[in-house]
Amino acid sequence: MLDLVRVEKTFNPGTINQKQALGGISLHLEEGEFVTVIGGNGAGKSTMLNAIAGVWPIDSGVISIGGVNVTGLPEHRRAAFIGRVFQDPMMGTAPSMEIEENLALAYRRGRRRGLRWGVTKSERARYHEALASLGLGLEDRMTTKVGLLSGGQRQALTLLMAALQKPKLLLLDEHTAALDPATASKVLELSDRIVAENKLTTMMITHNMSDAIRHGTRLIMMNGGRIVLDISGKEKTRLTKADLLQKFAEAAGVQEETDRMLLS
Amino acid sequence: MDILAYFASLNPMNLASALPGNIAQGVIWGIMALGVYITFRLLDFADLTVDGSFATGGAVTVVLVLAGIPAPAALLAAVLAGMLAGLVTGLLHTLLGIPGILAGILTQISLWSVNLLILDGANKAVNVGKYALVVSLRNVGSSIVVALCIAAVLVVLLYWYFGTEQGSAIRATGCNPHMSKAQGINIDGMKVIALCVSNGLVALSGGLMSQYQGFADIKMGQGAIVIGLAAVIIGDVLGDALLSRHMNFLIRLVFVILGGVVYYLTVGLVVWLKMPTDLLKLLTAVIVAIFLAVPYLSAKAKNSFAAAGKRGVRKDA
Repeated sequence: MLDLVRVEKTFNPGTINQKQALGGISLHLEEGEFVTVIGGNGAGKSTMLNAIAGVWPIDSGVISIGGVNVTGLPEHRRAAFIGRVFQDPMMGTAPSMEIEENLALAYRRGRRRGLRWGVTKSERARYHEALASLGLGLEDRMTTKVGLLSGGQRQALTLLMAALQKPKLLLLDEHTAALDPATASKVLELSDRIVAENKLTTMMITHNMSDAIRHGTRLIMMNGGRIVLDISGKEKTRLTKADLLQKFAEAAGVQEETDRMLLS
Repeated sequence: MDILAYFASLNPMNLASALPGNIAQGVIWGIMALGVYITFRLLDFADLTVDGSFATGGAVTVVLVLAGIPAPAALLAAVLAGMLAGLVTGLLHTLLGIPGILAGILTQISLWSVNLLILDGANKAVNVGKYALVVSLRNVGSSIVVALCIAAVLVVLLYWYFGTEQGSAIRATGCNPHMSKAQGINIDGMKVIALCVSNGLVALSGGLMSQYQGFADIKMGQGAIVIGLAAVIIGDVLGDALLSRHMNFLIRLVFVILGGVVYYLTVGLVVWLKMPTDLLKLLTAVIVAIFLAVPYLSAKAKNSFAAAGKRGVRKDA
């Protein structure tokens, strides 16, 4: 469903701030795979997601989604294939617009926006049902401005919006990091359910190792702009936090080792 | 006793007789303010193109009417000219990466030359006796009716447009560009469209104003942005004060027109009080500043550090 072939990105090339953020990443995701992505700060996790989403062009490599080469497409064109939830709950919704208007915007992702009415009656019934499934009582507040919702409610709504027009790929960029633990676990649970119900191919960045182990069908670890660990299937189900920490240290060590070899 | 003499010299009849004219001009400026509302409120883009495109609308209208084109058709051409001005600002901003305010200023300044070329001079008169004009100060009553009808049609059209998929996408772009891109909205395209629609309205208003006053002048758009903002803000404050929670988008648009009328009634009052008209622009700026500050200050009064410091610990706690 998703293919990255030797994707490279360097920020501020030719300046003192030059930083290679992605060092030739290759990755293949099968349809329906749910990958959790872990790694330290600056490992390139968000950079990889942004590269896929098309926030900026990559330096080299190929990105294809569902067999379509999207490397040359800008962010809003790639949105046809991708649902996204961001770390900042304020980022994923339009605060001065109503809940149903936000859903209607998401429902039209990947379609031409013409002069038909922005929210139709039949859609409303659909949104009502979808909101009811969240169990947050939002279905009775469909004309409430989203700006009045709490962070958790907003993230739940953004998740719903991301999945409304079933995307080929769902990108969750630390989408529970800004929430309190109780709300975070609710939103995670909801993510699991939405992914399972829609059989979505998903990438989820998290800083929480237990979450990374507990959720998803595959786990990748990044370091220094590279994928240093890739575990799936039975091996992932047997994985413990201690294993992961050790592998994290090993991976980082190997990275340092190769760096040292290159430099010497 | 000078003060008594001053008040004695104020004739209420003069104020009353100036009233209809002020209403007519207020409605015409209200139409201009609809354009400002689109960029300032919906798109969150302070577009300074309008000072130029207002005069462009006036210039195009007068020149075409003098060339024998029927006034309504001339107005339509003015709208197209205004949209073209909006397109230029939009492309300067989206295609060439020039910051919004600067893009507007560049278009505005270039329109000064363009308008001089269109007018072939600094101003041009059009005589309502010779040409069939849509509005004119020679017939204030019918001008008010015509201007109100045009304003009503525009309000309904805008209400419809910003309820459509495309209009919603424009509102989303102004509200949260980040989210809009993630939802597949071409935000550059939406900005350009909104700037075109906005400046089309502004030019229409300029075209109406030139017919109303019987001439187009290179300076007629000077300070238009501030008058437009004044109308938008006065409308907002009035609407919130009178209807508070019952405000919806349609009523907001109506209040923008109303804001234009209130602004011109204020101007009429200033003139009636025999304040020097040279101070009009200063006064306008002061009015806008006050109306901008009132919502901020009243919110702050309810929620200030000074008040919190005085309140201290609650007695019943």
